[in-house]
Amino acid sequence: MRKTVITVMAVLGIALLLRNLHVILLELPDDAAQGPIYRIMFFHIPSWFTAGIALSLSLAASVMYLIKKDLRWDGMAVATTEVAVAFLTIGLVTGSIWGRVAWGIWWTWDARLTSAFVCWLLYVGYLVLRTAIDEPTQRARISAVLQIFAFADLPIVWYSIEWFRTQHPAPVLRGAGSIEGPMKAAVYANWPALMLIGAVFVMLRLRQESVKREIDSLRRTVHAL
Amino acid sequence: MRYFRHTYTILAKDLRAELRTKEALNASFSFALTILLLMSFAFDPTEEMTREFSGGLLWLVFAFAGVLILNRAFARELPNDCLDALLATPVPPSALFLGKALANMVLLLAVEAVCFPVFGIFYNIRWARQFWPLLLVVVLGTWGFTVVGTMFSALTVNIRLREVMLPLLLYTTMIPGLISAMQLTVHLIAGEPLSGALVWLRFLIGFDVIFTSLALALTETVLVG
Amino acid sequence: MAAAAIAVRDVWKFFGDYPALRQIDFDVVPGSCVALLGRNGAGKTTLLRILAGFSKPGRGEVRIGGGQPRDPAARRTVGVLGHGISVYEELSALENLILFGRLYELPDPRRSAMEWLERTGLDRVRDGLVREFSRGMRQRLAVARAFLHNPSVLLFDEPFTALDDRAIAVLQSVLNDALRRGCTIIMSTHQLREALELASHVTLLNRGHLGYTGERTAEMLSDPGYLYARYGEA
Repeated sequence: MRKTVITVMAVLGIALLLRNLHVILLELPDDAAQGPIYRIMFFHIPSWFTAGIALSLSLAASVMYLIKKDLRWDGMAVATTEVAVAFLTIGLVTGSIWGRVAWGIWWTWDARLTSAFVCWLLYVGYLVLRTAIDEPTQRARISAVLQIFAFADLPIVWYSIEWFRTQHPAPVLRGAGSIEGPMKAAVYANWPALMLIGAVFVMLRLRQESVKREIDSLRRTVHAL
Repeated sequence: MRYFRHTYTILAKDLRAELRTKEALNASFSFALTILLLMSFAFDPTEEMTREFSGGLLWLVFAFAGVLILNRAFARELPNDCLDALLATPVPPSALFLGKALANMVLLLAVEAVCFPVFGIFYNIRWARQFWPLLLVVVLGTWGFTVVGTMFSALTVNIRLREVMLPLLLYTTMIPGLISAMQLTVHLIAGEPLSGALVWLRFLIGFDVIFTSLALALTETVLVG
Repeated sequence: MAAAAIAVRDVWKFFGDYPALRQIDFDVVPGSCVALLGRNGAGKTTLLRILAGFSKPGRGEVRIGGGQPRDPAARRTVGVLGHGISVYEELSALENLILFGRLYELPDPRRSAMEWLERTGLDRVRDGLVREFSRGMRQRLAVARAFLHNPSVLLFDEPFTALDDRAIAVLQSVLNDALRRGCTIIMSTHQLREALELASHVTLLNRGHLGYTGERTAEMLSDPGYLYARYGEA
């Protein structure tokens, strides 16, 4: 059953992605100001959305673990965080490439990029913390608490850096410099594709965590003999 | 009332233990002075521009030297299983946390009190212009750093690579607090009144309130598994 | 029937998915002395840590004197002596005991501290720092710390291990005194003979399961191996 769900989601996700790639690369015209590079936005923006949703899910999973003490919630927390970090990385890298081509700089310390980078660091820290704890129940508890701290930090990071710097182009979906019509549709169309692929990875990771717990449990049983 | 008596007992115990050995305190002093020296080579204090952002450098010194003290917060309870003995008493874990955080605050302020004159000499800072607001900023910024650092000390007390994990997690989480403190310090050192940077002050206070509340609420979850 | 001093109800403890304790269910009668026995890895320390309030069970619950183990009321009645001596190296013997006296909210921490220093033969070195103490002195100080607040429930994790004879004498005297006063004691140990002599009840753990719980019988006393042979794992 589970395998079927994963396969269906993967196929749907890839199909959607391919369809979007077709639209993005072949059907839409070049941007008047930026040229072809603007197409990277169709991955850049949905990546952030997906990461944001993944992080909210991982916070919820961490809190649920602390309440229910069921390790499956911990598995969910680590799986969604890993996927979030992956999409954050994609967002940072695509943003960097875009910046290099569009404005000539690989990196700039503007509000969004800096916040994103800090966010990436926070959650990479979470993943590193997990590698330092061997015992699964302790690992789940400690990393759940860290997750709460990290998530509480996000809005504060965002606003502090927002006040501190501003160079990022104005929000593309709202406000000045916005896009219309088929371009906007393409951004929103790519979002479900990335979400589906993200969900597939989460489910695969959940399975992996479950097997890991079983192996750990068997090892402890053997040692007790 | 009993709660604060317990807090005071823990605070007094930590300070007495630290002042008797002075291990962390000496290490922190030496480290701070070394960094100050190195920084004055990296960022030439005679340059007018350097003097402008010197406030930011100061907080870097505090952050680096402070970790040496914060690491000890819960690590000092590990030899002889003292942490277990403390948890066995009727003292609420949040009071235990608060006592330790206050003790660390005192120690950190002591290190900063030494750094200030040295920094002032190297960078030719005139402190007197906005002394009291500056003191307020130092206290608020140090408290934020202490609270998060003591909390993460509790989080990492029983794990591998503790000395590495604590700075890694602490610095990323502290970014908004450090930015606010740096902005305010630069502003005040330049002689501007506090009213010109109220947004950062509100920020810093908000940061302190949020993380102090989280820490007090989550100490028991972290320490008792 | 008097309320149980300690009630353990269907306690499970998991490390990951591995159950270190399974379905542990027993009562401890007030005033009894329970020998908690079992091989290494059976779960004795894990169980004691849950009773002491250092960790929470994954399933089930524990009640001390009718209340939660982490309630301050329960904390005040429980004394714990584990593997570590649980005193601070940088403080003196007196400072350590006064510290714990304050944390246990004793009315006169200093007086209680002085009494126990005398009782454990440490009054002459009361101002010496613990880091300068010999091993035997530290162990006696640990005993003083555990009994300082006159607990009515005592949890010991292998208390006689690696004690010198002076420390053993002090501990035995204090234990006997506690038993006379009607304290409840749970003691995990490998010293079968001594434990079975002192104990009124026995609880045996086999790899996390409850092998036996009940009164100490004559057969156990005459042949300590009997217990493992009859109720131990195959």
